[in-house]
Amino acid sequence: MASVTLVGNLKLYTGGVTDLEVEAENIRQLFAKLGEQFPELKEHLNESCAVAIDGEIFQETIIAKIKPNSSVQLLPAIPGG
Amino acid sequence: MKHHVSFELNGDPVEVLCESEQTVLDVLRDEMQLIGTKEGCSTGDCGACSVTVDDRLVCSCLMLGVEANGKKITTIEGMAEGEKLHPLQQKFLEHAALQCGICTPGVIVAAKSLLERNPDPTETEVRYWLAGNLCRCTGYDKIVRAVMDAASEMRGAA
Amino acid sequence: MQEKVGNVPMDADLKWVGTRQIRPDGMDKVTGKARFGADYNLSGQLVGSVLRAPHAHARIKSIDISAAEALDGVKAIVTGTDFPEQESKMSPAGEMMVNYNHIRTTVMATDKVLFEGHPVAAVAATNQTIAKKALKLIKVEYEVLPHVIDVLEAMKPDAPVLHADLITAGVSPAPTKASNVANRIELNKGDMEKGFAEADQIFERSFDTAPVHQAYIEPHACLAVVNQDNQAELWVSTQGHWVVRAHCARLLGWETSQIKVVCAEIGGGFGGKTVVYLEPLALRLAEKSRRPVKMTMSREEVFRASGPAPGTHVKVKIGVKNNGKMTACFTEMMYQAGALPGSPVSQGCMAAYAPYDVENVQAIGHDVVSNRPKVAAYRAPGAPMSEYAVESVVDEIALKLNIDPIELRLMNAAKEGTQSAHGPKFGPIGLIETLEAAKNSDHWKAPLGPNQGRGIASGFWYNIGGQTTVSVVLNEDGSVNLTAGTPDIGGLRASLAMMAAEELGVEYNAIQPVIGDTQQLGFNFLTGGSRSCFSSGMATVEACREIAQEACKRAALIWEIPEDAVMFEDGMVRPAGDNAGAHEPMNLRDIAAIAGKTGGPIVGNCSINAQGAAPSLGTHLVDVEVDPETGKVDVKRYTVIQDAGRAIHPGYVEGQFQGGAAQGIGWALNEEYIYNDKGALDNASFLDYRVPVASDLPMIDTIIVEVPNPNHPYGVRGVGETPIVPPMGAISNAVSRATGVRFESLPMSPPKIRHAIDAARAAGSTDLKM
Repeated sequence: MASVTLVGNLKLYTGGVTDLEVEAENIRQLFAKLGEQFPELKEHLNESCAVAIDGEIFQETIIAKIKPNSSVQLLPAIPGG
Repeated sequence: MKHHVSFELNGDPVEVLCESEQTVLDVLRDEMQLIGTKEGCSTGDCGACSVTVDDRLVCSCLMLGVEANGKKITTIEGMAEGEKLHPLQQKFLEHAALQCGICTPGVIVAAKSLLERNPDPTETEVRYWLAGNLCRCTGYDKIVRAVMDAASEMRGAA
Repeated sequence: MQEKVGNVPMDADLKWVGTRQIRPDGMDKVTGKARFGADYNLSGQLVGSVLRAPHAHARIKSIDISAAEALDGVKAIVTGTDFPEQESKMSPAGEMMVNYNHIRTTVMATDKVLFEGHPVAAVAATNQTIAKKALKLIKVEYEVLPHVIDVLEAMKPDAPVLHADLITAGVSPAPTKASNVANRIELNKGDMEKGFAEADQIFERSFDTAPVHQAYIEPHACLAVVNQDNQAELWVSTQGHWVVRAHCARLLGWETSQIKVVCAEIGGGFGGKTVVYLEPLALRLAEKSRRPVKMTMSREEVFRASGPAPGTHVKVKIGVKNNGKMTACFTEMMYQAGALPGSPVSQGCMAAYAPYDVENVQAIGHDVVSNRPKVAAYRAPGAPMSEYAVESVVDEIALKLNIDPIELRLMNAAKEGTQSAHGPKFGPIGLIETLEAAKNSDHWKAPLGPNQGRGIASGFWYNIGGQTTVSVVLNEDGSVNLTAGTPDIGGLRASLAMMAAEELGVEYNAIQPVIGDTQQLGFNFLTGGSRSCFSSGMATVEACREIAQEACKRAALIWEIPEDAVMFEDGMVRPAGDNAGAHEPMNLRDIAAIAGKTGGPIVGNCSINAQGAAPSLGTHLVDVEVDPETGKVDVKRYTVIQDAGRAIHPGYVEGQFQGGAAQGIGWALNEEYIYNDKGALDNASFLDYRVPVASDLPMIDTIIVEVPNPNHPYGVRGVGETPIVPPMGAISNAVSRATGVRFESLPMSPPKIRHAIDAARAAGSTDLKM
């Protein structure tokens, strides 16, 4: 199970939960499982959200792999100038 | 009303019909298709439109086209001699003294005008002479170095 | 996840990468031939011009275009109703999520004008004079509404509300009343109560920063044509032509394939050219008139109506042990979004304490609308303001605890493995290396003169990757064409050609790099987030490796040996293993010559969504001298130290460092928007909005630190944005140390400095040094 942390406002849609364990092999599965558990969270995951997996930040991708012991954070998307 | 204007442009005699309100910048860009002279502000604050008129550095956005009559105008397009770049152009390339390049023609025209008056400028003299040419990319460091290096090379060649 | 390509070790013997080659596009730029946004013309083109609102906030009661339409030479007029309504929700645009309702409202007002300069109508006419005359003939009836400019004023309960339906997001339960606060965000790490309880001392201050403009020297410009078959072409100065295509298609209700966007040379962007302003107007005018339409903004329009970076109010509270170890860091920030929601406040929150390894962190951000132009990205959007505030307090801590400011930062510095305040653990990062380099620099050891002070600050920016396509073609004579899709603002083509030459083992000059249009390549996200050298570089390397692999295949065919018995090395295709020495090695020219007969052209294409961008951290040193009479601050010496991962072209890496520092110096000392009581901008020119000129600045020294990014084949980190983060803190700290007065407001213009010195003297300050 990967340990997942919701950074920022996402906790508003999980009833305050920020840290949880999720079994997911990739970002797509992670989003699907989180969406099942917290229906309100769903649209915000697909909105602008970056995913850090073991320190590496992924954006606009759902295929990045997650390892069973990965540390995952969901954070606001990062733009740039 | 159109005016018939004759002047020397980069060494060649040219004639053009221009409207009363057209600036030298408009004439160069719109009538002569010389796009190297840029418009950054049209109020004489940024120097992107720098040209020389009778060897004097001016912002071409502040001078009317009709005032060019009988004058000698040099633009960035008149700086290289055939395939040979002016030393300033060469040094700007070597020193990476441009990033986006929009201010570059104006800066090079202004720097040439400086070196014609003062072939051995100090860093401070270069900085004050170029104070009318805004560059937002480089922080001026490499521009100043390129101008000093070109000056040094031109003194060596003279 | 994409395959990570083989990394080139830092100690590899490289021929091109790390050298200072002359940029391929340089010749056109020093001779005046390069074509920027306003340099494209088509026969029969019309001039497009925009009518802008004279009020900061007003309801549009009616627009009458009949007199303008009747004017000879006027060929088309558009108003807000010419653009289809858009739902107000986040929707995907290429690789961004954007709110098209907001973009539409920014491009052209409909029922209300929300800032002075807000477009109300646009005209296409046969020349500029007629276009201007036509604008004067358009009659707009306004009902002027109360306006609000300042961010704190806009948050007050009795402030004029810009959007009747704007309910603050991020608050639970949701408010029932509309306000100007669009969003509240909160980031938490650890336990703040515990952290502050552990502190020996607590330092607390509030800071204000003025909005500043990107101030690219080239105003926005484009040329649009729409043919009778509704195929459109657009030549434009932009940081991302695929993004322009996506926005225009959506705003006009067209298919993306209808629009071909050609990216002109871009005369500076710094984030400000990541959005659309004129482009949809020009296309609609061109569609209506079936004539080419050229539009350019004046400098005044650029200042009044294109996005600046937000002004901010930032509170900082830091708890420390007496030895300098931080125990808790709090910040609350209010960022101006401009007329529509979407300031970079969440990035401000995330970046505020990123350079530090602190257990307990809380950041609260408010995204606040007011009657100003909608903000746009500006180099490390959101980070410079919050990090300025934090770095100022860090400097105060160093002074009060009598700790060297570099040692204090080293003690608290984030490093590989640090759990960042915004969540992820850092991979290898170079902050400590930049601090050590600062400590060992001549600058840090040099003596100071009278009325001088030395400041230091560090800074952080994330950097991004994203969708990228590069195509590399091995021509029949062995020369190479490289087509990338991220606009080149500061030497990208040189860097890509250097990586390609390195990979293919050919001369740098054999590579001809260009930026392709939207019909030549697959989608490319824009140049922003310091991604172009990272992402297009990664794609270039992969495309070149595809060519090398194909070259081996072709040689294997004619040598009649297995493909895996051929290797590519130093630009040569050689038989390997058992076959080593059995055949004469071939170079790429030899392979190119037989390409046709062995299967056809050899092309490497790489389309990726580049991931693995790594942050770049930097430390700046600055010496200032303050004139006690006038309050004017002179920057005497400046050094930028930053981690570049690997500097592909050190000259253009230094250029990014120096340019960011210069913009930061302007932000710190001069630049600000000045509004009058009617909500109109009073300094919309380069004369009154003063960016640094050559005589304002010293040489800007640079030290490039290289801690490679393990996720890039050459170790590249984006370098373009981080350099604008530390200057404001470094300069404020230098001014504070020179004067003995702590400054809390940008810009530190002479009157403010004089006032602060006088106030400190009147209060009998013992710290005052002048």
